[in-house]
Amino acid sequence: MPEVRLVVNGEEHAVDAPVGTSLAAVLREHLGLTGTKIACNEGHCGACTVQVDGVPRLSCITLAHAVDGEVTTIEGLREHPLVDAFVRADAVQCGFCTPGQIVSAAALVADVPEPTREEIRHRMAGNICRCGTYPKIEEAILSWRD
Amino acid sequence: MARLIRTEKEVEGRFEEVWLVVEEDPLEQWPAGPLAVVGRPAERKTGAERARGEARFTADLQLPGMLHAALLRSPHAHARVRRIDLAPALALPGVRAAIGPGEANGLVDEAGFAGAPVAAVAADTFAQARRALGAVEVEWELLEAVLDPDDAVAREQLTQPPRRYERGDADRALAEADVVVEATYRTASVLHNSLETHQAVCEWAGDTLTVHISTQYIWGVREEIADALGMPQDKVRVVCEFMGGGFGSKNSPDEHTFAAAELARRTGRPVRCMLTRREEHVAAGNRNATIQRLTVGARNDGTIVALAGEFTNAVGWSGWSASTEGPMKMLYACDNVRTVTHGAKLNTPPMKAFRAPGFVEGTFGLECLIDELAARLDVDPLELRRRNYAHSNDGTPFSSKNLAECYRLAEKHWERRHEVRARSDATTKYGVGMASQIWYGGGGPPSYAWARVGSDGRAAIVTAMQDIGTGTRTAMAQIAAEELGLPLASVDVVLGDSARGPYASISAGSSTTPSMGPAVRAAAADAKRQILEIAAQRYERGEAELDIRGGEVVGDGFSVPIEEVVGLLESGQILGKGARGPNPAGMSVLTFGVQVAEAAVDVETGEVRVLRVAAIHDVGRIVNPLGAASQVEGGIIQGVGHTLSEQRLLDPETGRVLTTSLDAYRMPTIADVPEIVSEFVDVPDEHLTSLGSKGLGEPPIIPVAAAIANAIRDATGADVHELPISREEMLRALEAAKRKERRGAPAAV
Repeated sequence: MPEVRLVVNGEEHAVDAPVGTSLAAVLREHLGLTGTKIACNEGHCGACTVQVDGVPRLSCITLAHAVDGEVTTIEGLREHPLVDAFVRADAVQCGFCTPGQIVSAAALVADVPEPTREEIRHRMAGNICRCGTYPKIEEAILSWRD
Repeated sequence: MARLIRTEKEVEGRFEEVWLVVEEDPLEQWPAGPLAVVGRPAERKTGAERARGEARFTADLQLPGMLHAALLRSPHAHARVRRIDLAPALALPGVRAAIGPGEANGLVDEAGFAGAPVAAVAADTFAQARRALGAVEVEWELLEAVLDPDDAVAREQLTQPPRRYERGDADRALAEADVVVEATYRTASVLHNSLETHQAVCEWAGDTLTVHISTQYIWGVREEIADALGMPQDKVRVVCEFMGGGFGSKNSPDEHTFAAAELARRTGRPVRCMLTRREEHVAAGNRNATIQRLTVGARNDGTIVALAGEFTNAVGWSGWSASTEGPMKMLYACDNVRTVTHGAKLNTPPMKAFRAPGFVEGTFGLECLIDELAARLDVDPLELRRRNYAHSNDGTPFSSKNLAECYRLAEKHWERRHEVRARSDATTKYGVGMASQIWYGGGGPPSYAWARVGSDGRAAIVTAMQDIGTGTRTAMAQIAAEELGLPLASVDVVLGDSARGPYASISAGSSTTPSMGPAVRAAAADAKRQILEIAAQRYERGEAELDIRGGEVVGDGFSVPIEEVVGLLESGQILGKGARGPNPAGMSVLTFGVQVAEAAVDVETGEVRVLRVAAIHDVGRIVNPLGAASQVEGGIIQGVGHTLSEQRLLDPETGRVLTTSLDAYRMPTIADVPEIVSEFVDVPDEHLTSLGSKGLGEPPIIPVAAAIANAIRDATGADVHELPISREEMLRALEAAKRKERRGAPAAV
């Protein structure tokens, strides 16, 4: 099987996977990084969001063999202050979308350290939360440096 | 002594009589208001694990040798499998087993809807299993499909006999009424869309089946599987520590679990069966569509004298006919009420409970009708609701009802309407609307918990309940910490495994906190009593003088850390047990609330925006104000989705679901969220339990749609009659309002 070479959270990995395997599947099934969730598997919900060179990417519709940058998953962001901010604000209900939310939010605050509500609503609109934690997510991102 | 009593149990508005053993004397109700831990905002237990991606959901489980199963579904709305050949699928690479109709519960030979499962395949990978489905050869015999609910009712094709209710004489009261308003309301079928799709991993070891499942009811799954497989219940172990949302759709094991169990049995390997998002939209349940033909009669002074409704629930191929008529029967004082409810059996995907089934739909109809009446009478809608306040449930007293206080708290939001309306210009109209909420949510027995206190002064509550994301794990820890006099950080809750804890309530019907909370408190109280008895003996103190506060056993000028007291036992532990007692006999246990919505309507395009929703709910004692606010926000946001954008569409020719993906089925995103203000009448229900809490999962979604529709009427004079309020529906309502105005009838207040 063709080899995929990936740098994930600063570590190099080589994985045998058929061409066509999604980045999400490689992360979850081959590398055991199950913090990245799959909820729709067709790029509509944002649960699988990771960063490639700091840019949010939907890993369920990204081909693993085509990744051309360093991948950061929620496992690489566990010490990010946003994690605490989400817990403080109660921006976690069932928690299934939460890792993806935090990965997106981390990319946002890296670009714009003090985003406005409007910027948050624009940049986070690709991450669906069915429990409806949105007001708390907004609050968490507004207060992430507290 | 164990006392055996007969008591009533309610789930999702359905009642049954059950036997119950009562062992303990009830504890005294805690005082109202914030206590040391209960009633104070608490961060979510395991919040960090979820946020860090460490929490292991069913979806994350990878067992050695695990196979992946996929379900073959009927492409036809109604068809019989005349012949099925699984052999071509079994011949494909990686395929390990295949089963057909009758070989697992839920795999059928008569498909009653497009999407009904008929066969299942297990393979080394999910892709192989999916591919193998295409190789299964099925010869279908097509049967007639009934897709229209009115058509089904006319043919008496029903899921159950029509449900009729009457008090007084509605016909006579309507004939004598000063004003009669009639309207037909329609609500769409909407989808739960939990982010973790329905799934289970089944594994056999000897004669024991372990089922890892994303579920709202560990014990219900255990019982259903044991029944179906003819096994002792204790040989089925059900595990669900973290689950990614359910909203009512995950109360039973369903065919994916039965198929996984059978395929695991046949292959001797663990089997995962996970629904895809598209399957989730087709075959994982829905809030059924309704048609509601409603009439209200009133005197000129605003007294409602008659309410009548003919309700049709488009149930689908199976499921139950929810109480869409419930709000009409219970929300207002009215001597003459008549309802009939039909459950249309259709060749469409089956309904499942969805966050206050029936009452969400019925409240939309009723509360819009009440506002249409208010407009006709030229009475303030809040005043009209107050004039018809129900002081009993048709003669049965309420265990507690503080809706009047909710109305009082709503006044400041209601008064904003003058200022909000004044923002209107030629194209954008602003308005404010309200709607009331009534629902069950009292929980009930049986439910049990154990408390374990170690020599380190830490406590664990052990119970095989589930936390479906509502924060009940945190609420239980707070209740135990309060009773034990420990800091919240010293209490953990061990849950999610039927082999490791006693029976616990379903997490549906807003029942987890009111069912489990008193059991947890009782278990903690049992442990505390023992600790105080030990301390009294060891330190020669009167038991009555002792208490535990802030982790210290305290008495008159006396204080010893709890770890010192329990530490006497070294590796020994203090074990407490507790049970949920009965609900009060002869009382109606209900939750109440009111919401005030502000909306803007573009009268040229029909676009509706919800700007602000203020929610005031009465659910007894609030255990965690932070988690409670999250529940309210989540309910309102789902409600906004139901109101403005969510609709499962079927192809009217074939009955197939058209909205199978999340770009076609539109749920609210963060950009769609209005300002939300939540308030509570935080008064314990002194009759219900020693905790005094009712459930909050469902109440907040109930009044949303009507409050928004009434805000639209306030803004534009248009009577919206259909959910979702698409631009087409909005423009239709605006056009109808214009016609009504031209005819000279008053269009609105």
